[in-house]
Amino acid sequence: MLVAVAVFPGTNCEIDTKYAFEKLGQEVVLVFHKEEKLPEGTDLVVLPGGFSYGDYLRSAAIAKFSPIMKAVIAFAQQGGKVLGICNGFQMLVEARLLPGAMKRNENVHFISQFHHLKVVHNDNTFLRRCSVGEVLNIPIAHGEGSFYIDPEGLKELYAKHQVLLTYCDEKGTPQNPNGSIDAIAGICNEAKNVFGLMPHPERAIEAILGSDDGVKMLRGFLD
Amino acid sequence: MKVIVNIQLKNGVLDPQGKAVHHALASLKFDEVGDVRIGKQIILEVATDDQAKAKERVTVMCEELLANTVIENYTIEFPAC
Repeated sequence: MLVAVAVFPGTNCEIDTKYAFEKLGQEVVLVFHKEEKLPEGTDLVVLPGGFSYGDYLRSAAIAKFSPIMKAVIAFAQQGGKVLGICNGFQMLVEARLLPGAMKRNENVHFISQFHHLKVVHNDNTFLRRCSVGEVLNIPIAHGEGSFYIDPEGLKELYAKHQVLLTYCDEKGTPQNPNGSIDAIAGICNEAKNVFGLMPHPERAIEAILGSDDGVKMLRGFLD
Repeated sequence: MKVIVNIQLKNGVLDPQGKAVHHALASLKFDEVGDVRIGKQIILEVATDDQAKAKERVTVMCEELLANTVIENYTIEFPAC
């Protein structure tokens, strides 16, 4: 599988993301934001975490106009698989590839810690190796990760099995670190080829560093 | 021509910064403050004398970039100067 990881000025998780997919035996190419095309044969695009363009104006507001994003949007619209992690998730909602919007965390602090997540729907590529209700331990690190969507949009997300993950404690009881609606940590689009989440699975791939629960998630994209 | 764009979170969308500032004002005994909403102001220098045209262009700027209309409202003003 060929994984293209987009790199914007201010991106800081591209090496971790590359490392994670290479550890899973995949070929990874870093693609600079000024490129207008994705590498030939790209199977998965990852928009990694960081602070693209300084997150000026709003998180990821400027990144969506990068040359590479035009190619990513076209790729997604043709059914190509796209994973947005943290700042990448913010890019996907800013680019309207995913519904909703991101707001400042409810407690106004930047939160950087391990957090438990509960799998809500697994009938998709990303979480197919996880079971519904399973609790995963994955780091979060964001200041604007409070997911917002209007009530009708929220209903639709549940009806179409687009809610991927919610924040919880180690027993699976809802626990909301940032004020996201329904403690939602990740969603996908209706066609289930575009995935976004605030937590960082690429930072949870070795048990010695706290958790390897991210492996299970990322392996969903592998054959 | 100077154009001022004011951007606020929509009514009903919780403003955590406003809430924090409201709390701080209350702790300073400014009890008369009922609510605080924090927005942002963007001041543009637009190369035109045509106000209608400027408004039309700035509206597109707001829709495409300056505001996230999922959660934010914006107003466009022309200061008298």
